[in-house]
Amino acid sequence: MADSFPLTGAIDLTSAPKARPLALEVLHAWVTTVDHKKIGLMYIGYALVFLVVAGLEAVVMRLQLAVPHNSLVSPQVFNRIFTMHGTTMVFFVGMPILFGFGNYLIPLMLGARDMAFPRLNAFSFWIAAFGGLLLYFSFLGGDGLYGAGTAPDVGWFAYAPLTAKVFSPGHSTDYWTLGILLSGVGTIGTALNIVTTIVAMRCPGMKLSRMPLLVWLYFVTCCMVFVAVGPLTAAQIMLSIDRYLGGHFFDTQAGGSAVLWMHFFWIFGHPEVYILVLPAFGFVNEIIPVFSRKAIFGYPAMVAATVAIGFISLSVWAHHMFTVGLGPGANTFFTLATMVIAVPTGIKIFNWIATLSGGNIRFTVAMMFCVAFLFQFLVAGLTGIMLSASPFDWQLSGSYFVVAHFHYVLVGAILFTIFAAFYYWFPKMSGRMLDETLGKWHFWLFLIGFHLTFDFMHIPGVLGMPRRIYTYEFDRGWGVWNLIVSGGVIFQVVAIGCFVFNLLRSYSKGRIAGPDPWDAWTLEWSTESPPPVYNFAAIPAVQSRRPLWDLKHPEDPDSNYEM
Amino acid sequence: MLLVPSWFWEAPTSIFSPKGTPAHFIFGLSMFVLAITAAIFLAVGGVLAYVLIRYRRVTDPNREPAQIYGSNQIELSWTVIPVLIVVVLFLTTARVIFDTEYASKPSSALDVVVIGHQFWWEFRYPKLGIVTANELHVPVSDPRRPTPTYLEMSSADTDHSFWVPQLAGKMDVIPNRVNVMWIDPESPRLYLGQCAQYCGVQHAKMLIRVYGQSQRDFDTWVAQQQQPANQDGAREEGQSVFLHNACVNCHTVRGTAATGRFGPDLTHLAGRDTIASGAIQNTPENLRKWIDNPDPMKPGCLMPAMHLNDHDLTAVTAYLTTLH
Repeated sequence: MADSFPLTGAIDLTSAPKARPLALEVLHAWVTTVDHKKIGLMYIGYALVFLVVAGLEAVVMRLQLAVPHNSLVSPQVFNRIFTMHGTTMVFFVGMPILFGFGNYLIPLMLGARDMAFPRLNAFSFWIAAFGGLLLYFSFLGGDGLYGAGTAPDVGWFAYAPLTAKVFSPGHSTDYWTLGILLSGVGTIGTALNIVTTIVAMRCPGMKLSRMPLLVWLYFVTCCMVFVAVGPLTAAQIMLSIDRYLGGHFFDTQAGGSAVLWMHFFWIFGHPEVYILVLPAFGFVNEIIPVFSRKAIFGYPAMVAATVAIGFISLSVWAHHMFTVGLGPGANTFFTLATMVIAVPTGIKIFNWIATLSGGNIRFTVAMMFCVAFLFQFLVAGLTGIMLSASPFDWQLSGSYFVVAHFHYVLVGAILFTIFAAFYYWFPKMSGRMLDETLGKWHFWLFLIGFHLTFDFMHIPGVLGMPRRIYTYEFDRGWGVWNLIVSGGVIFQVVAIGCFVFNLLRSYSKGRIAGPDPWDAWTLEWSTESPPPVYNFAAIPAVQSRRPLWDLKHPEDPDSNYEM
Repeated sequence: MLLVPSWFWEAPTSIFSPKGTPAHFIFGLSMFVLAITAAIFLAVGGVLAYVLIRYRRVTDPNREPAQIYGSNQIELSWTVIPVLIVVVLFLTTARVIFDTEYASKPSSALDVVVIGHQFWWEFRYPKLGIVTANELHVPVSDPRRPTPTYLEMSSADTDHSFWVPQLAGKMDVIPNRVNVMWIDPESPRLYLGQCAQYCGVQHAKMLIRVYGQSQRDFDTWVAQQQQPANQDGAREEGQSVFLHNACVNCHTVRGTAATGRFGPDLTHLAGRDTIASGAIQNTPENLRKWIDNPDPMKPGCLMPAMHLNDHDLTAVTAYLTTLH
């Protein structure tokens, strides 16, 4: 199938090849572009740079914690590094890489020529990008005129009153505040753009009930952004007022409330987890069916479960605050809300298994990452249930068990699916295949490293090790586990090396992909790889959720079966 | 987990070796939750593994399998069963929440006010007139005649969290807010813990030591702590150094002019096993090094280097070691 062009008319065969442009012209084109594909790629590239930076910060932390009473870095440096690692990974790796894929894929999957607001798209990218640069400029400018720079050291959730002027003098906390403020503006802009695109830019025949699931998941994600990011941005402004204009929102020394900040932060922070994980589910929803050679099982249930997760996730934030002393009423409510969210999440896992079942499963690298995701996300969900039982959480909260749990989600689920997305869509984005052999090295090394690090990280948590400590005592029995955890990092570093090398090498030397290398079914595979600026020479029209299946199997189109 | 030898979980801060009622409540619940989640993992993971092996591509690569779009009955079944599991889990959990947080306070309970500081703990026994730091002494509690200790907790600066895993779950210590938790150690021994909420540079070395004591030992300790500071003549020179330096701005020694409250009360310093919030053994050598310059021993701690000359340093150390 790969050599035929299923949607006749999607590819323009008339245009002549152009001369190779100058480097300056290329740069100018990228900086001034409003093309959703280029902006998407810039988001992804920018996120990859920060992934490496924040990954190296994690390496420093693991070196420091490998043995008790280590003095590789001072507590001051360690605190800055974990703050920067967390902030960077959430705001400047997770969000941009997911928005990058969303930007690139959503118009293509909907049969549109671009996003609804191309200039807003460029604005959102650049303002978020400068947010990241501003955060890292703190290494130079954090102390202002007082001396050498210093990064923020308040932790990624920056609990009040540690952020107050009296406990955080200098400007490092302001760089954190402003970096996140800018990133939040960009995030809301992109979310607005994606929602409008989905509502208004679908091609003829693309009813909401025919959209690829990935697009549905981005739709819910972006709606959650509207609700969740606003409070975070407001809290940053309030914090700045406290720090510079004599406000007392969070200034406990003048009667402000530390708990208020926690509510503001977590009403953002928990939906944020789902904002990150729903697009990851979206990737899985596209990749598993194609490599199982089956339609997704239970499409309406998948959509319903996603929408349910979206709503429920807005009512679980205080499960981050079970130890704050909100009282048995609040603890009971948030325990229930948190446990309930396991139901729609379980439905998703069951539907993926049902999709695999009866299939003809091809274990490409993209699929291997998805399979690992399924197991790891199952574990992450189950440790999540343990944490939702609030008395259990009174022990586990703020311990390394929690660190292991959320890295199981952020790495074991989200980063694994992001890698799957790279192997799956890189051919569309670059026109060339990623090398599968190198990909397998990447996969297995990363899998081993991941499990060494994050499986064993649960244990010191159970043995009483709190997070965010730069060193620990000999007599606690944590040493051997921390050494194993740190050992896993070596595998992960080599694996990321394989991945980056694979990206660079395959970009110029990879096998030519053609429009549809995976024999897939959604609209992005009907056009050239990489797609031209206008995406489709003629706007496609669809009759089902899998337009390319219909074209490849005219005798048995999907439209006969869909409700 | 049940297959793992017990010594493995017997670390001094393990949540799986409970030594007090709240910790036992949590331990019971956590075993229940672990059993359910383990069963789910085995069931779902087993089916997933089976499906992956059974349906891997071995046949004709171009064969497209039968396309199945879904089934409402199946969707319903895997919605209802998890809902039932959630109901069971929730009701069990809710019971433990109320058992712990709504436990009625017996009149024999001991009250202690806990104040978190960067980076040490202040313990005040308002009814007994005792102020001490970092080492909390409480009576063990006999189930037939319970003497639990109720901790009323607040913070003088940033957020902290009081966590002694063998006795109870953690409770945050937050400025402008009073949180209450209770502990009832079941045997006379030392229980370890530490601050579990990031509170600044030295969060890592804000350790907690809880000494569970038999009622008689505890009463002896109380009587001893209620005495004003030791007034032996031999250390007058050291006391004078202490009182004429900045020490008094932050530290209290009851019965003298030193009434500072920013740092730990030193009235009975020599009776403690550790200094620097549990991070360092309380020996005269360590104390001397600490007074000279605490930063190398606990980087980022808020006590400044005193820069005393050798003579004064020796004298003040000698004085402090007499404060039994």
